Amino acid sequence: MNNITPTPYALETRAVVKQYQADAGTIYAVNDVSFKVAAGEFVALVGPSGSGKTTMLSILAALLKPSAGQVLLDGRDLAGMSESQRVVMRRAQIGFTFQANNLVPYLSAVENVELMLRLNNRLDKAGRLRARELLARLGLSERLNNLPGQMSGGQQRVAIARALIHNPSLVLADEPTASLDTERAYQVVETFAGLIHEQKRAGIMVTHDLRMCEYVDRVLRMQDGKLVQEYTTPEEIMRLAKGGRES
Amino acid sequence: MKPLFSVSAYLALKEIWRNRGRFLLVSLVIALITLLVLFIAALGEGLGNGNREYISKLDGELLVYQEKSDLLIQASRLGTGRVDEVRAIAGVADAGMIGTASATLLLEQDADPLKVALLGVEPGHVGEPAVVEGSQLGSADAGEVIIDRNTALRTGLTVGDEVTLRVTQGTEDVFFTLQVVGIADGQQFSLQPSIFTPFLTWDRIRPQSEAELTFAEATANVIAVKLTDPEAVESVRQEIEQGVENVVTATRMEAIQALPGYTAQQSTLNTQGGFTLFIGILVIGGFFQIQVLQKVSQVGVLKAIGTSNPVVAAASVIQIVVITVIGVAIGALFAYLFSLFFPPTVPIVFNGTTSAIALAALLLIGPLGGLVSIRYAVRIEPLKALGLSS
Repeated sequence: MNNITPTPYALETRAVVKQYQADAGTIYAVNDVSFKVAAGEFVALVGPSGSGKTTMLSILAALLKPSAGQVLLDGRDLAGMSESQRVVMRRAQIGFTFQANNLVPYLSAVENVELMLRLNNRLDKAGRLRARELLARLGLSERLNNLPGQMSGGQQRVAIARALIHNPSLVLADEPTASLDTERAYQVVETFAGLIHEQKRAGIMVTHDLRMCEYVDRVLRMQDGKLVQEYTTPEEIMRLAKGGRES
Repeated sequence: MKPLFSVSAYLALKEIWRNRGRFLLVSLVIALITLLVLFIAALGEGLGNGNREYISKLDGELLVYQEKSDLLIQASRLGTGRVDEVRAIAGVADAGMIGTASATLLLEQDADPLKVALLGVEPGHVGEPAVVEGSQLGSADAGEVIIDRNTALRTGLTVGDEVTLRVTQGTEDVFFTLQVVGIADGQQFSLQPSIFTPFLTWDRIRPQSEAELTFAEATANVIAVKLTDPEAVESVRQEIEQGVENVVTATRMEAIQALPGYTAQQSTLNTQGGFTLFIGILVIGGFFQIQVLQKVSQVGVLKAIGTSNPVVAAASVIQIVVITVIGVAIGALFAYLFSLFFPPTVPIVFNGTTSAIALAALLLIGPLGGLVSIRYAVRIEPLKALGLSS
């Protein structure tokens, strides 16, 4: 856990491979993927279904070990860590919003956000205040004490607050707009991007909806487990965003 | 350790509070199981007590039986001369003859007659119960009687009252009137409330066959023995068995175990109690297993955001313990309230030790029942739970 490889990037993947054995032979879900994300940079990971982006996201979230390669988060290699070390990394260094079933159903909005601080043994008066402020910035100041079941439209925003409250190095979002209407989807991603830039986190969003790329700094396209294209200039990204939804 | 417990307790208690209706239902099921287990334990204690109470409270360590009587009190016959032989054995501080029989106590007016154990004891010797009210028995053939608390509660008799006994001697119903001189605490024998008369009085008024009526010598069933040194039980019983012809001895515990039906009755009730606890384990285990199956994705989210397995397991354990404690407390309270309304005729005794053992067993069934669900929760993989696995 203490082996730190120097890197100027918040996140760096080096030749990451994830392979599975099947009857038909070896399947490469992720094949030799390398990229870097700086602190304060918001990156979209796009690609058709089965392209490997969800597997890649799971590896970045320390939920899955790669078969080969390195995943350096703040210079520490997630691939070389034990399960208990990865649990600590998920808790302290990574923020994650999922596509669905994001929140703990018996905790209110503010309790869900504070949970990350509790898990890190960092819940104090300042932390409680920050949780409320963050939710207020996401337009949820009136719904702090609502349970997830009482706030269908606000769940993703609470999840975003939860992903950011403990100052993680890396923030991951898996299809954060999948269950939202277009207007609310734009709002959520815009706010998410704003917070990532403002708080200097490395952010990665997996999405099918290319329109949401409007708010990111860079787009990585995956296909058949490989990184096949990178969009870096605002013009390229806007052109992609105008293209609409990925198949 | 402290943060682990604090987060686990927070998650466990929040979930209980926000789903209190559902958890209360489970607690009520546990309360019903508790009520059932406590009543079975109390019934076992009450029935056992009804059988053994007099023997267990004897102020002596040994009972002397006729040889080959299989330690059955009613089957044993000892002539009055035997008691002097026993008293003569070194290490014997006192010995007293005990005769047992049944009789019917006739009560005033319309009250139903009460079947009682009619026990003959030697005044001033071991076997005569100590009174808590009134006085001990007088001479060996006085027309006096000590009644136990159960008889007093069920008849309303007090010291100084006269009682009429109906017994069958030969083929005739015969009536005897005796005066109540004292009341002892509970002294049930053969599941009946007891009354105690001087031994010679007992021999005169007890039920007898035609043959016994013509037999002059009084016969006791057993002799209770008090030792000079209670620790020297084994050596003195050997002395008695060698020094007195055709007798065997038993400690109080052996005598209780040999009471007709006692062991079978207790093992039946213990088996019932055990099965009830087993059913409790299955019910609680089933509930928590269903619950954990319903919240796989929720546990998956918790693990994905960095909740460790010890926290997940501890939260489950805390939840199970809290629900079980609440259920057992409600059940124990109900059992106590019900016990206040039971008449003395119902053989239910909430003995502290027995109830404590039953409560401890009940508190254990929760965690035991929940073991499978805890194991399942710990093995949930966040990737699968969140649908992220390919």
